[in-house]
Amino acid sequence: MEPTNIEDPNFFHQVVDCQWACPAHTNVPEYIRLIGQGRYADAYMENRKSNVFPGILGRTCDRPCEPACRRGRVDGNPVAICRLKRVAADLKGDVSSMLPKAPLSKNGKKVACIGAGPASLTVANDLLPLGYDVTIFDSSASPGGLMRTNIPSFRLPAEVLDQEIAAIVDMGANMEYSTRIKSLKDLYSKGFDAIFIGSGAPKGKDLILEGREEGRERIHIGIEWLQSVAFGHIQSVGERVLVIGVGNTAMDCCRTARRIGGKDVKVMARRPREFFKASPWELEDAEEEGIEIKVNHAPKEIVLDNGKVIGMRFDILSWNSDATKSEVVDSVVIECDDIILAIGQENAFEWIERDMGMDFDKWGMPVVDDKTMATTLDGVFMGGDAPWGPKNIIWAVAHGHEAAISIDNYCNGIPLSERPETSMDLVSQKMGLTEWSYHNDYNPNNRQKMNHVELTKRFAELSLEVELGFSVEQTVLEVERCLNCDVEPVFKASSCIECDACIDICPVQCLTMTSGDGVLEELRLRLSVPSLNTDQQVYVSNKLAQTGRVMVKDENICVHCGLCAERCPTAAWDMEKFTLNLGYAGQSSKRVAR
Amino acid sequence: MPSIKKPLIPLAPLPVNELGLTLRDYEGGMSTLCAGCGHDSITAAITRAFFDLSLPPEKIAKLSGIGCSSKTPTYFVSGAHGFNSVHGRMPPIVTGANAANRSSIYIGISGDGDSLSIGAGHFVHAVRRNVNMVYVIENNGVYGLTKGQFSATADVGSSAKKGAANETPPIDPVIMALSLGATFVARSFSGDKGQLIPIIKAAVEHKGFALIDVISPCIQFNNHEGSTKSYHYVREHEIKEIDQVYIPPSGEITAVLPEDGIVRVKMFDGSTLAFRTLPSNYDPRDREGAMHYVNQARLRGEIPTGLLFIDEDAPDVHELNSTTDTPLVDLPYESLCPGSAELARFMEGFN
Ligand SMILES: Cc1cc2nc3c(=O)[nH]c(=O)nc-3n(C[C@H](O)[C@H](O)[C@H](O)COP(=O)(O)OP(=O)(O)OC[C@H]3O[C@@H](n4cnc5c(N)ncnc54)[C@H](O)[C@@H]3O)c2cc1C
Ligand SMILES: Cc1ncc(C[n+]2csc(CCOP(=O)(O)OP(=O)(O)O)c2C)c(N)n1
Ligand code: SF4
Ligand code: SF4
Ligand code: SF4
Ligand SMILES: [Mg+2]
Repeated sequence: MEPTNIEDPNFFHQVVDCQWACPAHTNVPEYIRLIGQGRYADAYMENRKSNVFPGILGRTCDRPCEPACRRGRVDGNPVAICRLKRVAADLKGDVSSMLPKAPLSKNGKKVACIGAGPASLTVANDLLPLGYDVTIFDSSASPGGLMRTNIPSFRLPAEVLDQEIAAIVDMGANMEYSTRIKSLKDLYSKGFDAIFIGSGAPKGKDLILEGREEGRERIHIGIEWLQSVAFGHIQSVGERVLVIGVGNTAMDCCRTARRIGGKDVKVMARRPREFFKASPWELEDAEEEGIEIKVNHAPKEIVLDNGKVIGMRFDILSWNSDATKSEVVDSVVIECDDIILAIGQENAFEWIERDMGMDFDKWGMPVVDDKTMATTLDGVFMGGDAPWGPKNIIWAVAHGHEAAISIDNYCNGIPLSERPETSMDLVSQKMGLTEWSYHNDYNPNNRQKMNHVELTKRFAELSLEVELGFSVEQTVLEVERCLNCDVEPVFKASSCIECDACIDICPVQCLTMTSGDGVLEELRLRLSVPSLNTDQQVYVSNKLAQTGRVMVKDENICVHCGLCAERCPTAAWDMEKFTLNLGYAGQSSKRVAR
Repeated sequence: MPSIKKPLIPLAPLPVNELGLTLRDYEGGMSTLCAGCGHDSITAAITRAFFDLSLPPEKIAKLSGIGCSSKTPTYFVSGAHGFNSVHGRMPPIVTGANAANRSSIYIGISGDGDSLSIGAGHFVHAVRRNVNMVYVIENNGVYGLTKGQFSATADVGSSAKKGAANETPPIDPVIMALSLGATFVARSFSGDKGQLIPIIKAAVEHKGFALIDVISPCIQFNNHEGSTKSYHYVREHEIKEIDQVYIPPSGEITAVLPEDGIVRVKMFDGSTLAFRTLPSNYDPRDREGAMHYVNQARLRGEIPTGLLFIDEDAPDVHELNSTTDTPLVDLPYESLCPGSAELARFMEGFN
């Protein structure tokens, strides 16, 4: 069997489950350690480097890192990565001196961004410090995109949004608010060196049913309705509200309805609970507020009385086990005063002329390269929700970074395929014979539960933030749950004397010395504890000197306690901190130094 | 000593044995030995063997003398009984304990210094008496604890860390035990758990004295070039003449074994340990042959390992002394001490 190629940064990167799962590859364990040391500003900046909006994301991120977190495989509950991010943001103090700045002299290149959502803001964040002149157009009167218009302020306070957007805008972006781009052709001819389209997926899907037209007064499209509430155009709703759909938008709609007059609010789902799109924590938060979630109800018609909505008829479905087939078993009418449709969003590109050279596929979606974010129109890039439909903020940020690299390449005559190099540092964490620079002991704390504002207060004040954030005590307990997956055992086969010390001490039996013959699938079954999680890697060493066997480490269950390295008499094992050096705009190898 | 205690990680579900205990339940305190010491591997092998055998911890008594090796009973089965004796005096303490309570499982851990220098006189008598115990010599050729002086097992020509070669001829505990009538004699290597664990299991099962001489490199004072007890040297010179195959209680044999040259040892749970001798003419029930074979191998510079000799039928210490079947600790006080009238009547018999 071939030994593992540990020269490839991807090997060690994949061991850091959270960082690997994060679309922007935030260095989670590093910022968690910094929080543990009380270095909140540094923890904030470590986050900002990759995810740009730590305060916003610390409250709203979809957190793909958490289901991936190693701790979840150990005691069933991942580290509260997202809410620790918020701790860093809440306690950071004044970080103005650490924020990136734009140079006094510009580089002469002009870039236009359409939309002031997280995707465009990330592009601006990466290009302004390089001297670009960035202009952002948005049809709204204020920046933030859906983060402002749709994410309710009881989840994301306006001050947090304002502060993190200001950090970018204040570098000198030209903000063209209340300016809808009606023709790309027109903008294309205005002499910009590059254009980024971050216009999102702004259209809420409608549901065409009998009675939809007559009842339109009391039937609302979710994202439009949330926007109207955010801007104060809608201040009340009827007492009985039905929210159709059970995605994230539905959750924000029902909770908002509860705050502006809704007393009996129901979320109507077609499918059983295991098949919902909303995250489990969002469902819990909604239920905590007295919202009823009804499963297996398929909308049939709007029930009207003299043109006024009085209810809605549903088919009751019975599903097969994997919810692929259903049959109607009954039909009910549920009374209501208002209906909110939250069944999805669509992209809308009526403002892009189809004869410009930008290709669209047969579903009317633009053709965009998922590595470079380039459209087929020269100098025009796209990211966020715009190219592939609704995703989330962290993906918009990840797209923004890639687009900024491409724009910088494009403006400097470097091929788009020439991405900045991703490299790694591996540094021993040994401080003494049995002393490490990190807390290597396993801490049995349970995941900390977020405290919430009492219900009565929430319903009295629409913008009151529900989550209180972690207390210092909770923070201290939670940071210690992180297993420091970036401090990784690294093996030097030539030093090993095959004494078994590491194998004997490993608390999870993830090490084995065995014959290196055969294929990986078979080797996995021969380990001290058979390695059954094939999503995780197996680390296979070079041949050992005395017996010709190989050292094998199942990466699935290592808790990074460092005991293998402490018990190794020859330091064949060492605990080394892996740092991923991600390339950002301005670091492409062939970029001409200015 | 490590910076932390080996943590208990709640990875579910940990495999359990017949008593519902996990491997971790058979561990002891954190080792304070040098990192890489062979003794720690032997501790791990004992932990694993006892777990596999589902031995009730409270039925185990672990005893030792003085030395790095003698420290190790602390590092396994913390729920067992323990006794740490004066240097070299572990064998008489086990003999006494054995006399008082024959129902316990005795394991004595000793070193080459503890057993073959200061304790040699006690060691030989425990062998002769066929005391029912597992006797492990963690053999590193030096006095580890007192900084690496040559011990009685250091080979002629083997050099100390600072270079001086040993000129005093060694004692081979295997030959010594065979010549004293030992009923179970094995040799193994700390770096080969595949062999050591089944040998420990068979030794626990054996009725009478079971010696396991385990070559166990001292990483600190005897693992250098020129040493004959280093990991490297042992791996170069070990010949596993005698291999073993574990046959589960179902009796189903996965490996194809020739019927000659097979020694079967029945285990508590109905399983069988089958020891296969590679030169099929080797007979581990022939004491003279075993001594000759081990001597010859030594002259060739080879270290034969495996179960070298077994005699399951010899009487053990209890049979030799016609002790009661009931452990003395379980006898009622009245039978243990029948009173002065009975004593007087007994003394009368000598008049
Ligand atoms: C109700 C709701 C709740 C959500 N909650 C979360 C959450 O908790 N966590 C999370 O990660 N994600 C959440 N999302 C998704 C997230 O908000 C989006 O994925 C993200 O904002 C997309 O960013 P973007 O930069 O692509 O575009 P957007 O944020 O959509 O911004 C696009 C901007 O472009 C402007 N625009 C569009 N067309 C034009 C034009 N022609 N000219 C000028 N301006 C234009 C729009 O007005 C808008 O301001 C939620 C979405 C909704 C609807
Ligand atoms: C009566 C007595 N004499 C001498 C000593 C000093 N002493 C301690 S350990 C030891 C030798 C131990 O050697 P060994 O049994 O081989 O154990 P190792 O440390 O090598 O495992 C000696 C001589 C002592 N503790 N007590
Ligand atoms: S334990 Fe820490 S480093 Fe490991 S995946 Fe979870 S948060 Fe990331
Ligand atoms: S750090 Fe070493 S000893 Fe600890 S769990 Fe990982 S492999 Fe095992
Ligand atoms: S001195 Fe030798 S025998 Fe003692 S603990 Fe260290 S390595 Fe083991
Ligand atoms: Mg010794």
